[in-house]
Amino acid sequence: MSRLTLVQAVQDALREAMRKDERIILLGEDIGKNGGVFRATDGLFEEFGEHRVIDTPLAESGIIGASVGLAVNGLRPIPEIQFMGFIYPAFEQMISHVARIRMRSQGRYSVPMVVRVPFGGRIRAPELHSESTETFFAHTPGLTVVAPSSPYDAKGLLLAATESEDPVVFLEPMRIYRAFREEVPEGWYTVPLGKAAVVKEGADVTVIAWGTMLRETLDVVSRVEAAQGVSIEVIDLRTLSPWDEDTVFESVVKTGRAVVVHEAVGQLGLGAEIAARISEECILQLEAPVARVSSFDVPTPLFAVEDLHAPTPERITAGIEKVLTF
Amino acid sequence: MARPVEQVKRASNQLHAAENKPGDISDAALVEMYRQMVMVRQFDRRCVALQRAGRMGTYPPCEGQEACQVGVANALRPQDFLFPTYRDSGAVMLHGVPMERLMLYWNGRPEGAVIPDDVNVFPMAVPIATQLPHAMGAAWAAKLRGVDQVALGLFGDGASSEGDFHVAMNFAGVFHVPAVFFCQNNQYAISVPLSRQTASETIAQKAQAYGFEGVRVDGCDVIAVYRAVKAAVEKAAQGGGPTLIEALTYRYGAHTTSDDPTKYRTAEETDTWRKRDPIPRLQEQLRAWGLWDDEQENACLTEADALVSSAIAAMEAAPTPPPEKMFDHIYKEPTAKLQRQRDELLAMLERRKQAELEQGAAARTEGGKQ
Repeated sequence: MSRLTLVQAVQDALREAMRKDERIILLGEDIGKNGGVFRATDGLFEEFGEHRVIDTPLAESGIIGASVGLAVNGLRPIPEIQFMGFIYPAFEQMISHVARIRMRSQGRYSVPMVVRVPFGGRIRAPELHSESTETFFAHTPGLTVVAPSSPYDAKGLLLAATESEDPVVFLEPMRIYRAFREEVPEGWYTVPLGKAAVVKEGADVTVIAWGTMLRETLDVVSRVEAAQGVSIEVIDLRTLSPWDEDTVFESVVKTGRAVVVHEAVGQLGLGAEIAARISEECILQLEAPVARVSSFDVPTPLFAVEDLHAPTPERITAGIEKVLTF
Repeated sequence: MARPVEQVKRASNQLHAAENKPGDISDAALVEMYRQMVMVRQFDRRCVALQRAGRMGTYPPCEGQEACQVGVANALRPQDFLFPTYRDSGAVMLHGVPMERLMLYWNGRPEGAVIPDDVNVFPMAVPIATQLPHAMGAAWAAKLRGVDQVALGLFGDGASSEGDFHVAMNFAGVFHVPAVFFCQNNQYAISVPLSRQTASETIAQKAQAYGFEGVRVDGCDVIAVYRAVKAAVEKAAQGGGPTLIEALTYRYGAHTTSDDPTKYRTAEETDTWRKRDPIPRLQEQLRAWGLWDDEQENACLTEADALVSSAIAAMEAAPTPPPEKMFDHIYKEPTAKLQRQRDELLAMLERRKQAELEQGAAARTEGGKQ
């Protein structure tokens, strides 16, 4: 056991996975000697060498497109995309090939790979370094989309992702890469993909969040509970697609109220799907319409105002109060 | 130095003049490549005819490009990995995918997409040039794993405009992988001529910018294609890195069965290329070398016809797969949601069947009353 930050947990998982499975190679921009722009691969070049920790030319569609060929020909690539806002050159490869090679070949080929993508905003970065466009990938059948919110889960989910036979988009919340430390076991352990976690039990309302928003939501929740004398259940979705409907429905059936908090913009954000599915499956238990607290429907603005674009504590509070007082 | 089309043609004709029978290719191999070109053409023409008759979906014909299809497939070793496009049914079947499976694919049948386990062919790429990074990656994996395998990506002149062409060439050059990029420059991307794809004199010369060899061949000469690809495969397998091959060719037909090439190509131009038809050309040479006669020609045509006809019969006799198969192979294990949706589809089909039975019964009752 040691106390690690989220980015250290990612690095620990990569090292663990590469020691266990020789087929795993890392490829991306600046991941070698530089150790990645966030140092997620720090030290791995030294340990595993230039044939397993590979700096590529600066081309995301090449990184992902080559990973398709690597994966169908016996390797297990873990490509790193530097920032989520830079994945779009690889979008065609992700949507047209990575997501559907298993289907297109009727199971003959699969592309087990973990595409690591730092996501989310509010790190005072330049334009297009602060995207939360997980919906694009969650909307695409064939992809598994994962977003940890803690060091423990980051390592366990990443190790589980390396064992998956399906391609995984692994979204790393960069705002909390170094925000806090947590006990992270040494060695191999996994946190199952496709399973949400009830991180705090409660009776009156269910709040669903992931990634960066999870801890911010928990802070708000404890203040609302103290102020209003209510009890709030909080779910960390963890896997965004295919997401764990059972855990969410079970909670909403119990509490009768639900709020989804996410850093992505509201329109067709994952909250829309979650709200729709809750409405379809839990309508008789619902005491109020499902509320969504999301970024405003404008592109992520320059960083002087980005904090006001994302859900603020006040807006999360208002969302919870809205469903409580409906 | 790249050479214009006419020079390539003249040089190639000289090389394969009657007195110059190739010493590096066996008589049996020459004859086999001829038979294969005839078979690919039969397949292609029958697919177009089936589409016209409503018995097949949209089909992208490759007639005119048989020398490329056959030359490439013969130069590959079984372990080499082929990354084709939609216009490469010929190369795909010659590298091991059964003909009837290709027909099923073009008839919209998911089971037609299944590539036999021991055949190293990737599903035909539909989005342009996207298969080239895959070929690069597969070649890279072979190199990293120390496996004796070359990956060959097929593409067209239009694909050379795409970003993924650049990306694949660049990665292949940087990592010096055992890849061959084979461009069938058939002069048109649907209706847009080569002059709108590039201001470069040739596509082959682009290889220079990526730090490896670019070769230009007469794509209507199966011997030239075979030799160029064989040399590139051998070089790659020996650690010599990638090669870009540009083959000058022409599709005689439409881009697919849904366009009319007379709108964008002149009859004169098409006729010029028809005169370079790879099939009569090799036949003439085989006859001159004493390897072919009328009897063999007739037998060859009959054999190709029988092969294609039996594939069509197999395709048309193949039972329709259960529609719920669409839920298979999305993830390794079906998700709970997909299982629910599968059940929803099955229930709908059951209700539909019941409704049809009831309608049938009602119609019979109605008929009885009259």
